[in-house]
Amino acid sequence: MKIAAFTIDGNGTFAQDVPAFAAAIAAAGADVILVPGTSRVRRSFPAAALRAGAAIDTNAVAVLADGDKVSVQRWAYRQRILTTFTRKARPWIIATDPALFADICASLGVQPEPLAADAEASTRTKINGVVAAGTGGESTIKPDSPLLFVAGAGWTKKQADGATHLDEAAATITGFLAKSGASLGSSKSLVDMPEAAKAFRFMSHMNQVGQTGATPRHAKGLSTCCHGEEPHVVGWRFVNDRRAVNLDANCGWAQGKADILYVADAFAVMKRVNELLA
Amino acid sequence: MAKPLNMIVCGSLVPDPLQTLEPVQTPQGPGLKNEQMLPSVLDPWAACALYEAANLAKLRPGSKVTLVAVGPKAKLQQLMMTVAQKAPFQLVAVNAPAGGFTDAQETATELAKAIKAMPDLDLPSTLLFGGCASASRDAGVTLQFVAEMLGITEFFMGVDELKLADDDSFTVLERIEGGKYLSSTCAGFPVAVGWATGSLPEPPNNPQTGMMNMRGIMPALMKAPVANVGIGGISYEKAEVPSAKRATVVKKDMAVDDIAREIVEWIKG
Repeated sequence: MKIAAFTIDGNGTFAQDVPAFAAAIAAAGADVILVPGTSRVRRSFPAAALRAGAAIDTNAVAVLADGDKVSVQRWAYRQRILTTFTRKARPWIIATDPALFADICASLGVQPEPLAADAEASTRTKINGVVAAGTGGESTIKPDSPLLFVAGAGWTKKQADGATHLDEAAATITGFLAKSGASLGSSKSLVDMPEAAKAFRFMSHMNQVGQTGATPRHAKGLSTCCHGEEPHVVGWRFVNDRRAVNLDANCGWAQGKADILYVADAFAVMKRVNELLA
Repeated sequence: MAKPLNMIVCGSLVPDPLQTLEPVQTPQGPGLKNEQMLPSVLDPWAACALYEAANLAKLRPGSKVTLVAVGPKAKLQQLMMTVAQKAPFQLVAVNAPAGGFTDAQETATELAKAIKAMPDLDLPSTLLFGGCASASRDAGVTLQFVAEMLGITEFFMGVDELKLADDDSFTVLERIEGGKYLSSTCAGFPVAVGWATGSLPEPPNNPQTGMMNMRGIMPALMKAPVANVGIGGISYEKAEVPSAKRATVVKKDMAVDDIAREIVEWIKG
């Protein structure tokens, strides 16, 4: 059985990438082709696989080969149910979680090669370039950071004095991000709030973690002012070391979802954390 | 003057995210325990696609939004009771299983078949919308399959913004790595767009819109063709919910200073 692996860098249009990728699949002559599930791959490889008569599965977190049999592990229902399955169809394209691509290739003893996407095809699409999300300047999403810092809707709620303190919350959050180098995540309830959109301009729906957001991979995660409901916490599936700060001792984090829950006011705690990190 | 738009939104139901999901074995492959009883919602990303389509339709009077859904008829009918109140649309339904274990290509084949069978289809001027992935299968491949089957060569994935000009050219922002967007401009239709969350809030329920929609939705459900969507060529070996429950230590009555110090040590450790 022949297993090939391709790396695909840069950006491309669907119209041009699909024929190029389809040609590469055919030319590889492999039974199984591994690719990292980057945005470019996710956009164009499915249609390329269909065009090349190949099967495709995405978001693979493990690939096991035993003789001619290849099994794939991937999550269904957004990190809720882990499935293990195989297919007889060949060629079989397996797009892995991008963070796991190198490890999966190494475990199978496959050396990835760059895929040349240079097929000629006309397109009505012109790529303008890469732009940062949000309007707060520097991106607050840092996939390589060891720490995920999640802000929940509690940052917008009335505090002990009966008033909201959005500017203070924004300064505390951005201060912590600057000092710790953490990547910023958010609960859905926070990014959906119009008042948060105005006050927290460093945050967008791209920061959302959970069932309808991202499932980032960081070694540690610190949640603040977030209740830890299941749809949010499924986005923490790959964050192993978890701590939370919340005023409610019975919140979701206390129900076996965090390692440590500090029952405290996150405003006060994070301000002091910022002072200590200074 | 800008022309009316013809928008087709692909989307179906998924279990309410607040429900506990437990896999079970069925003769057709893996399924969910009490699947028929689980409350459903319109897939969150497909819902974003529907709301974005409805918003664009408001900007171009005379525009049409059609939701094409592959799912069990009875559950689709239940779902429509709420979704129909969100925005004006027509429904094209296909009565077939929908879930996290069905094969994306079989679903895409039925979607493409249903779209091709639409009597007033004008493909060259169509915007094909859907979610960038589903909250059930989460494969993120179905819409690309449908685009390929329909011969649509312009496709955008993980879109949060689409700005349309009067000449039908448009600029999109697609989510890419590292919290960034890829900005592209496309010179007209047809186009397929896999929406991420977009930027619109969920519209409030409007009973009048609901009643108007249901006049077309009920007949569409009555005549929904039955399709055989299954697990395709997949042989499932296992479907399990890993036990990931932690022994949470709840620290109450700690001084703010002590908590902060412990967190800083943990971050640096």
